[in-house]
Amino acid sequence: MILTVSHVTTYHYAAPVRGAVQSLRLTPSRTDGQRTASWMLQVEGGTKGGSFRDGAGDWIESWSVRGPISELRVRVEGTVETTDMAGILRGHREHVSPSAYLRETEATVADTALLTLARDAADGASGGLDLAHRLSTAVSERIAYRPGVTEAHTTAAEALALGEGVCQDHAHALIAMARAQGLPARYASGYLFADASGAPHEAAHAWAEVWVDGLGWIGFDPANRCCPDDRYIRLGSGLDARDAAPIRGVAVGAATESLNVEVAVRAQQQ
Amino acid sequence: MAVSYFNEMFDGGRVRAPYARLEDWVAAMPPEFRTMKQEEAEALFRRIGITFAVYGEGGDPDRLIPFDMFPRVFTQSEWRRLEKGIKQRARALNAFLVDVYGRGEIVKAGRIPQHLVYGNEAYEKAVAGFTPPKGVYSHIVGIDIVRTGPDDFYVLEDNCRTPSGVSYMLENREIMMRMFPTLFRENRIEPIDSYSEVLRRTLASVAPKKCDHEPTVVILTPGHFNSAYYEHSFLADLMGVELVEAIDLFVEAGFVWMRTTEGPRKVDVIYRRIDDAFLDPLCFRPDSMLGVPGLMDVYRSGGVTIASAPGAGVADDKAVYTFVPEMVRFYLGEEPILQNVPTWQCGRSEDLKYVLDHLPELVVKEVHGSGGYGMLVGPKASKEQIEAFRDKLASDPAGYIAQPTLALSTTPTFVEEGVAPRHVDLRPYCLVGEQIELVPGGLTRVALTEGSLVVNSSQGGGVKDTWVLAE
Repeated sequence: MILTVSHVTTYHYAAPVRGAVQSLRLTPSRTDGQRTASWMLQVEGGTKGGSFRDGAGDWIESWSVRGPISELRVRVEGTVETTDMAGILRGHREHVSPSAYLRETEATVADTALLTLARDAADGASGGLDLAHRLSTAVSERIAYRPGVTEAHTTAAEALALGEGVCQDHAHALIAMARAQGLPARYASGYLFADASGAPHEAAHAWAEVWVDGLGWIGFDPANRCCPDDRYIRLGSGLDARDAAPIRGVAVGAATESLNVEVAVRAQQQ
Repeated sequence: MAVSYFNEMFDGGRVRAPYARLEDWVAAMPPEFRTMKQEEAEALFRRIGITFAVYGEGGDPDRLIPFDMFPRVFTQSEWRRLEKGIKQRARALNAFLVDVYGRGEIVKAGRIPQHLVYGNEAYEKAVAGFTPPKGVYSHIVGIDIVRTGPDDFYVLEDNCRTPSGVSYMLENREIMMRMFPTLFRENRIEPIDSYSEVLRRTLASVAPKKCDHEPTVVILTPGHFNSAYYEHSFLADLMGVELVEAIDLFVEAGFVWMRTTEGPRKVDVIYRRIDDAFLDPLCFRPDSMLGVPGLMDVYRSGGVTIASAPGAGVADDKAVYTFVPEMVRFYLGEEPILQNVPTWQCGRSEDLKYVLDHLPELVVKEVHGSGGYGMLVGPKASKEQIEAFRDKLASDPAGYIAQPTLALSTTPTFVEEGVAPRHVDLRPYCLVGEQIELVPGGLTRVALTEGSLVVNSSQGGGVKDTWVLAE
């Protein structure tokens, strides 16, 4: 598919801030499954700082804005040609050992309920790939997709207890369960072409990646009960949502801020 | 239990050569004079304000660490061997760090378990694939060494992050020279006052490639409330560099800048005395108010050098320690000159069994502990203390290591009744940049309590001037 993305993030500050610094993971990964035709990333009124590809293969750009400003806008526009790789992350160069993705984070602590769910799902699994599929299915079945009930700091354990959540919660739950079963797992962030209307979504998308020996990293999207295909664009990864965040930033002297995100992913006719 | 300890001054009834002149010095010292000098030393230490807890082990920050006037002495040949061993170890530790953040050959070769490296809390995924300038992660390596015999030295632990205490090494010498100038005329003692210049040169030598001028070096401190603040400002003064807090720095256009009265000035090398977690809220702890937002992006894109490099801590973990001799063999193809203390990893079931069967003979330490807290010294412990440790080991075996109780050497020390042997250790500070350098000396800590083997200042330890005699 040829997917066109428009992603605008706007921060509004209640009182003008003295400046802001941002670390952006907002450039499509280099994989066999996606080829970037064009990509524009800009912080309005900002100065571009260092940029580099990190050990996990993500392209990171640093930006700073001098104040006073009362609004900050991060603008992304681009076109990516995607191919269905059945979820397998192929041709992606990275230096981080998969075993670095076995450690727990606050958001992905496996409590008794997650451990039990993982153990039950794992019962009778034939190998890593089957196990990962079973875990992903279990998450889909136990956490219903429902926006608005969870928030950014909700943990995997809390989401399972609630039985509801959004893609971030599904990914966290799957990561926690996979790690508990000894499979390295991580959080992937990106975009999803959801429907032909191209209507703006309220947020970007996220899913989990699980390491299976012999195959490598494989994406699982329990929120959509599938593995990422050519409707997905991958931006980057991390131990959890915070670590993989497309935007990490600090505004100097910010009291309160509000956030507005507009994402539109369209498919071009081929 | 009758254990014989190596006395560094007396070999049987004979005085060992390096201490020969000190024997006369002590013999000629009247008790009143000694008391007067001891008070003078204390007054000097108070005046310069050096009262911080050595090695950041907590305790009362305003408490003066006892200074013992009796120097600890090494001969030139003893020191040469130590120096070779220390430098060898510092090279191996840095090679290990470059490797585990790069290709991970030592793990692939099966010479160290994967989980000890990549599962280590101190392993920073964020710097994987990045090699710092000159391939140096740990620029100041503090290696804690104990002696058990004339030629027997053991490494207790490595400190690859920001080892503290070097200001004591320098101040102890300064004060000894001021109080006993004749001693320094009678003995030919290698000077150590070049330390600050060597440190500055070392830091300047690892400036990023993008730096095309004389590098600007700064020391980054958490602030005056930190227990080692004295040392931070002391070193900044000696090196003639700025002492800054995070608030004094900002990031723009791919570089780090320092606010000055003449406007922003680019910073090339940051000798940081704050932990990784607090360096940059955009990379590590988002709630950190101590850090410089965006610093890690500048670092990883080659705009600034951070010393020690973020992630260096994975080399000085107590569980990784066991494998340092293996690192020496693997990376340098040499046999380790300094020995490791045999260590049992309680996380391994066969080791745990041995440890539980031999608790009264062993020293048990927390893997992530420091400062002499939370450790068991078997031969000195009560039955209750030993039983309490048995429970701790059962509930979290991987959190502990055990070592044989070492017969730490003693050196003569001034005590209430006169002069008596007390146990000591040694921390030299090895500097790693374009070159590896070591000033002839280090910090000697002394357990002032009779019979005590714990030299930590929080447990009643003191410090001494450490001499290396010129040939």
